[in-house]
Amino acid sequence: MQWDWGAVADFMPHFWDGLLVTLQALVLGSLIAFALGLVWALLMRTPSRFVRWPVGVVTEFIRNTPLLVQLFFLFYVLPEWNLTFAALTTGVVAIGLHYSTYTMQVYRAGIEAVPAGQWEAATALNLPLRRTWTAVILPQAVRRVVPALGNYVISMLKDTPMLMAITVLDMLGEARLFAQQNFQFTEPLTVIGVAFILISYLASVLLRTLERRLVR
Amino acid sequence: MKEPDAHANPPVDGSELIRFDHVTKRFGGNTVLDGLDFSVDAGKHVTLIGPSGSGKTTILRLLMTLLKPDEGTITVAGEQLFPASEKQVREVRKKIGMVFQQFNLFPNMKVLRNITEAPVTVLGLSKDEAEQRARDLLDLVGLADKCDAYPTQLSGGQQQRVAIARALAMRPQVLLLDEVTSALDPELVAGVLDVLRDIARTTDITMLCVTHEMNFARDISDQVLMFDSGHVIESGPPEKIFGDPEHDRTREFLGAVL
Repeated sequence: MQWDWGAVADFMPHFWDGLLVTLQALVLGSLIAFALGLVWALLMRTPSRFVRWPVGVVTEFIRNTPLLVQLFFLFYVLPEWNLTFAALTTGVVAIGLHYSTYTMQVYRAGIEAVPAGQWEAATALNLPLRRTWTAVILPQAVRRVVPALGNYVISMLKDTPMLMAITVLDMLGEARLFAQQNFQFTEPLTVIGVAFILISYLASVLLRTLERRLVR
Repeated sequence: MKEPDAHANPPVDGSELIRFDHVTKRFGGNTVLDGLDFSVDAGKHVTLIGPSGSGKTTILRLLMTLLKPDEGTITVAGEQLFPASEKQVREVRKKIGMVFQQFNLFPNMKVLRNITEAPVTVLGLSKDEAEQRARDLLDLVGLADKCDAYPTQLSGGQQQRVAIARALAMRPQVLLLDEVTSALDPELVAGVLDVLRDIARTTDITMLCVTHEMNFARDISDQVLMFDSGHVIESGPPEKIFGDPEHDRTREFLGAVL
């Protein structure tokens, strides 16, 4: 086996394309997972069983079926109902939706960890329920869960190659295509392996900084 | 606390402000209050004493609407607090402020914002008005220089004094004090009690406190209620309760704590 820097140079233009797709999927997927997870968590706290029950069933279903199945479902089944989206859009939504069912658990734990005394103080001050959530409970809950959310960002990054299954060319997709066309596997796969490590590392540094700024 | 409350009509001093009628509260099979009747007149400083588990704190928590009674009615300034609609509860709750054993300051807000949050969002004060009010109150509790600190940067005693300022910023007619010095290191207790003595002396606010600080109770109270097993077994001015109690249970309790 020989290392060929020429192959690395040839692969780089494709690598940048793949990197862009991977980062898009990661950032947009994370945003959906963070926002939707909070929505699920709040819906699960409403007094109405008619809200909690369907939300519980749907999220449990999504959490316990493979992401790959969900990708195929969104990509191949929705068009039968005349719902067609770009492959990357479908991928981003699938990843975000899948991980929102995990982040909702994180938020739930964070919300429950806010001491009862905080709710009592808010009641004693007559704060409206909405204000109690936005000014008192959520700021404290979110602060507690940043590290746990960060772990899911890393997981999502490692799941982005699954988008290959629905024709999206992320870093792995580009690497495989290049490898098959040039019969050179070592260089492109090594390059993207290093890239995955670097992105994970940068993401964790970013989240640790955020965490340090939030902790009080 | 210089000008009178602009948001509520302070009742005439001496008229009945709080009334419990046959209030029963159970936790599971444990009856904490059993058909309790008692009332507090406006402007009075009333202290509840008695052994742990006798229902003192439950009374404060019922008044603050943190708990609901199982039976009976509670009236504040002539308006029913239970049973009542959510809207009426919110109205009545404006008249009541509470200071907790564990302070319960909002750790995500600076001291000043802890105090201005409710006056702005609940009473509709402008930010400037609320901050002016907050600064005056911080001055009153001796923490004028801590506006921009976060609660965790303060000692327990300082946090509790901020909590007192936060409760007073709503200009309540009644201040509920729930064992406000129990969580404090001994050397910090005096500072908090001095602030409360000051408030008791200089304002016409009605105070209802649960405390194990008998000297403080003797100092500030107009009336002391001795509780045991969910009943008031003896009540009277502090000189009487502490000096010449009638009931054996009271003597026993005071013998143990004094």
